Parts: sequence; structure tokens; C-alpha cells
Amino acid sequence: MTIIYTIINGILLGGLYTLFGTGLALTFGIMRTVNLAHGDMIVFGSFMSLLITRFLGLPPFISLVVLIPAMFLVGQVLQHALLNRTLQQGVMPSVIMTFGLSVILQNAMLLSFSADRASLPIGSLATMSLPLSGDFAIGVLPLINLATAVLVLYLLHLFFRCTMMGRAFRATSDDPTTVELMGVSSRQMYALAMGIAFAVIAVSAVFMGARTNFSPLDGPARLIFAFEVVIIGGMGSLKGVLAGGLILGIAQALGGAVNPAWFQLAGHVATLLVLAVRPSGLFPETIDRT
Amino acid sequence: MLTQKFSRRSVLRAGAAAAIAAPAILRSGSAQAAGRLIKIGFVSPRSGALAQISEGDGFVLNKVLEALGGKIVIGDTTHDVQIIEKDTQSDANRAAELAAELILRDEVDIILAGLTPDTVNPVSDQAEANGVPCVTTGAPWESWYFGRGGEPGKTDFKWTNHFFWGSADLQAVYLELWQSQSTNKVVGALWPNDPDGIAFSDPAFGFPPVLAAQGFSLIDAGRFQNLKDDFSAEIAKFKSAGVEIVTGVMLSPDLATFLVQSKQQGFHPKIVTVAKAALTPTTVESFPDGLGENLSSEVYWGPQFPFHSSISGESAADLVAAYEAQTGSPWQQPIGFSYALLEVGIDALRRATALTPEAIGEAVRSTDLDTMLGHVKWGDLQGFPNVARTPLAIGQWQRDAERPAEHLVVTHNGHFPSVAIDGQFKPKVW
Repeated sequence: MTIIYTIINGILLGGLYTLFGTGLALTFGIMRTVNLAHGDMIVFGSFMSLLITRFLGLPPFISLVVLIPAMFLVGQVLQHALLNRTLQQGVMPSVIMTFGLSVILQNAMLLSFSADRASLPIGSLATMSLPLSGDFAIGVLPLINLATAVLVLYLLHLFFRCTMMGRAFRATSDDPTTVELMGVSSRQMYALAMGIAFAVIAVSAVFMGARTNFSPLDGPARLIFAFEVVIIGGMGSLKGVLAGGLILGIAQALGGAVNPAWFQLAGHVATLLVLAVRPSGLFPETIDRT
Repeated sequence: MLTQKFSRRSVLRAGAAAAIAAPAILRSGSAQAAGRLIKIGFVSPRSGALAQISEGDGFVLNKVLEALGGKIVIGDTTHDVQIIEKDTQSDANRAAELAAELILRDEVDIILAGLTPDTVNPVSDQAEANGVPCVTTGAPWESWYFGRGGEPGKTDFKWTNHFFWGSADLQAVYLELWQSQSTNKVVGALWPNDPDGIAFSDPAFGFPPVLAAQGFSLIDAGRFQNLKDDFSAEIAKFKSAGVEIVTGVMLSPDLATFLVQSKQQGFHPKIVTVAKAALTPTTVESFPDGLGENLSSEVYWGPQFPFHSSISGESAADLVAAYEAQTGSPWQQPIGFSYALLEVGIDALRRATALTPEAIGEAVRSTDLDTMLGHVKWGDLQGFPNVARTPLAIGQWQRDAERPAEHLVVTHNGHFPSVAIDGQFKPKVW
């Protein structure tokens, strides 16, 4: 029985990691660059949600109504004004740029929010649970988190498969030069893609802030799991993100059940195994740009 | 631009001007014979991961400077005093650099450093190596003494001294609390794989032998990595062993995750006593769903402590009231030891027979002072001549109708009875 409980816990944990990974997978899949400030952006989103909660008096989940469009804009402006400038010089400059952004963001948040820890006030929802058996229960919030992750991925899937714009995104990912010939501005596509990635970051930020407490320096610890999700799942694949998130969550939960010291280690080992066996991940979708 | 400014000619000109001016400065200095500027270096982690525990330092420095009127009287000479603040950004390497900077560039007379081994150890090492008097606090004395390679009975640091409580004090107050409550004496431990967790779980000097000697059974969940998002394995283990007391030395996000999942799983221990994770009011308030209420933790300073400032005569309660009035934030424990640190430094300067490192160092070593944090006199611990122990009590973050935000009350004072008890211990609410 214990092993089933452990796996269920792992799946629920995977829901959180899936959300973390989705934003990163989008930037990776379409722009082919890594956003090293991803974790700090999540923390930034949590603080923004906290501000909205405080000043507009909205509950954290309702704050998404304001937060998602706001973060969408932030992402678009960031890509447009900053990251698009480095497109001609290959991948490295934008990676270094996001690294710098991560440092700046951490310190800016330290200055404005201090090092005090904060959490999003969602009341008793944070600790509610559904009893599955006499000695085992699952948390309601992690369950909502998992459902949201699946929903976000499904919506993104529909968007990319069934709309003209989604097709334009996929085309831009495969071959930006040819897309330009078809009259699509790859720069605009990149800006939009970053906007969508930031909208997803807003959702993961609210779940992270409600689940535990956070402080300005927590970002890098979040980035590593988002990375592993993308690596396990396959660069730029949405299906892969879900698989990656669940595999990482289950691996950590199982590792932790055997020995608490192996919790994170088991996740890293799972990532390494996938890298060794299938270097491009379980469901690679992007094609090599040559 | 820069190269133009510092052309050979302008440097020569400036050098000549300085050479002409120098005798005038020297003459006025020696003619007055009184008061040279005394420089105190003050190192603490003002920004970065540890910033929340040094939040009160700015207030404390101002408060002390104000009380001194910016001057120190030594013998019958009045000296101006300057405190040079340095921020380690919570980085041990930077702390060492800053100490070197204070010694070599600012040429300070004494260095004071506080808060966590990552601050006090590198600073003390620099001071010891360069022969500058240095006093530190805000880290368990064992981490300071052993962390710097001290050997009991052998090592006598010449320039560096430390005052704080130690791990034996911590174990004693935790056990005092646990024994005062009726439980099944089963303790579940969350000790991570970091220096604190390893020290707490040490089979010879940590909690395990003390717990065994007092008839408690220990369920050690094992050394986990900090910052993990799931504690269900630990909770299942504690639940099946019937744990009623949970203890640990954790980061606050980990404790938050643990508490939330415990509640979800219906695991409700009567007592949760943790070090490190519940130090400041804002941290305790940041636990989801009010789970910070009735967490218990060690208390090393607060308005309950019966001590007074050796500089202004204010009591601990006065200092707390002044802090809350001026900053609008609830008081926190580190204010008390940052204040005491300055007291010890200034007292040593006042007693120094001359303003030389040797004389100031000698004055530091002969410290015998009642401070905001209690009596400070080195050598009261056999075999550790550079260490002074300060009081430790245990308390709880409680909430009531009058004060709806969690505040720290002292519930047990068996080891330092002069600390006032201002609340009755309550079982953890879930």
C-alpha cells in the first residue's frame, strides 16, 4: 500500500513541476534559448500576486485575472526590447542576458520586498484534504494544481495544433528564415511566445506561493526542476512536459521514501538516465535547425 | 575619461599639494592632543539570504550612536567615534574580504561581527591573523570555536572572543519544554543534510544521546536535502511511529511544506519545536493557513529578559518599545545581541589604557560587563577561554484576541530563572 501512496504523492508533486516546466518548454521550443531567469520570474509572479491580493483585496486565485495579462505584457516587452536584440549572435548572448536578469531580479526583489518570507493567503484551502483510506489522504490544493497543469497543457496543445497562429509558432520554431518569407515576423512571434510563457509562469507562481512560503532568493532552486522536466520530456514538447513533470515527481517521491537523503538525488538520476538513453528527451518535437 | 583625469601632471600636482598640506594637518593634530577618531568596524549580513535576521541592525547602530552622542570618553580625553558598517551579503567569502578591508584600508580599532557562523568565523579568522581585536556573537559558540579549529584546553585565541549560547543549552531548554508536557515521549526529528542538521543529529554531541538519557525515543527521518517540495515519506514514518513531538533545524519553506502536508495527512503532533525556521515574526506569519501558531522555539533575547543597556540604562522592554515605535515592525531577537555586541566593544574601548591594538585587545579580554544580553565575561566555560555563555529560554509563537499576530512568549525559564515567563505553553494548533 505504501508504494501506491508514494506514487500518488509523486504524481501530485509532478503537477507542480509540470507547471514550472511548461513556461520553460515554451521558450525553449520556440526561441531555442534557455531562460535562466525562469525561476526568479516565478518568484516575481508570486510577489506580484501578493501585491494584487493586498491592494485590490482579491483572493490569490482571482488575482490571476489581473496577473496573467500583466505577466503576458512583461514577457512580451522583455523579449521585444531586450532578448530580440541578441538574435543574430546565436544562443549564448541571450543565455548570458537572462543570467544577468536573474541576478538583477533577485536583488531588485530583495530591495523592494526585503528578505522576509511571504505566502499567498488562501486560507484553509492550503491544508484541505480528501481522505482516500483510513491513514492516507491527498491534498486538495495539489490536486487542483495537477488538474490546472493538465488543463494549461491541453489548451496550449489546442492553440498550437488548431489555430493559424499556433501553426505560425510551430513554423517559426522550425525555420524562422522561411517564415519571414511567408510574411510572418519571427520577432513578433518570439515576443508573443515569451508573453504566453509568462502567462503560464503567472499560474505556476500562484500555486507555488500558496503551497509554501517564498522569498526573493528562491528562484534558482525552482529553475533546476523546471529544467529537468524539459530535459526528461523532450525539448519543446508539451506532452513531454507532462511526462517529465510526473516522472520527476514520482522519482523524487520514491527516492525519498527509500531514504530522505535521496529525494532530490532520485530526480537528478532519472534526468541523467533519460539523457543517457534518449538525449533529446522522451518526446522530442523540435527539429534541428541547421 | 579616467585616464585624462589621472594624467601624470594632475597626479604630480595633487601629490605636491598634499605634501605642502601635510605638515599643517600634522601640526594641528598634535597641538590639540585630544581626541582622535575611533573607528569601529561592524560586520553583519544586511542583505541576501540572511537579511531578515539583521533587519534591526540599522536601528541598533543609530540608537547606540545617539546614546553616545557620537563620542567616547577614554580617561579624560573625548574621542569622536565612527562605526563603519559592512554588509556581507550573506556570503562567507565576502565577510572575510570585508574584514580584511576594515583592517588594512579603514584601519579600524576594533571589529564587531554578528549573526551566523558564515559571518563570525571568517571575520574572526581575519582579525586573529592580522592582530586586531574582534568580538562576535549570534552563532552557537561551538560553531565559532570548533569551526575555527579550536581545541578545548589548548586553543586560546589572542584577538578574538565570542559570546552566545551553545548546543548543550539548546538541548537543555528543548528537553525542559518536552518534559513539562504529558506526551508519549516519541520524538520525530527533521534534521537536514547541512552543518546544522549534522551537528544536531551527531550521535555523540547532538540530540540522540540526550534524548536517550531522558527516556525519549527518537524517530530520525534521516538527513534530507534542504528545499524539497514533499515531506510525505517523513510524515508517514512519524505517523506510523505515533510521534507526538516534532523537532528539527530547518529552513522556513521546508517547515511550511511539512506543516501543510502534515495537516493534509491528518498528522497532528502536540508539540513542534524547531530551530532556525521560526525566528522572526514575519516568517512565522508567512506559514500558510495560520500554521505558525504555537510553534515553539528557543528564545535568546526579548522584552522578557531582565537586562539593561550599559550605555543608556534602557531595559530590554524599552529597547523593544523603541524599535516597534520607530520602525513599525514587530521586534525580533537579534536586536538584543547586536546591541550587546556594540556595548561590549564600547566598554572595551572605554577601559583601554591606550589606543593601540594591544591595549584594546587587553581591555576586551578583561571584559566583565552587564549588557542587554546578560553578563559577558570570557572564560566561565572550563577549557574555552574566549567564550562567554548568554542566557537561553524557550517560548512559543502565540496569538490571542488582544494581539492577533503571532508573537513570541517565554513559557519556560528553568535554566535562566531571571527571564520572565509571560505565557502558558499551549499544544500546537492544526
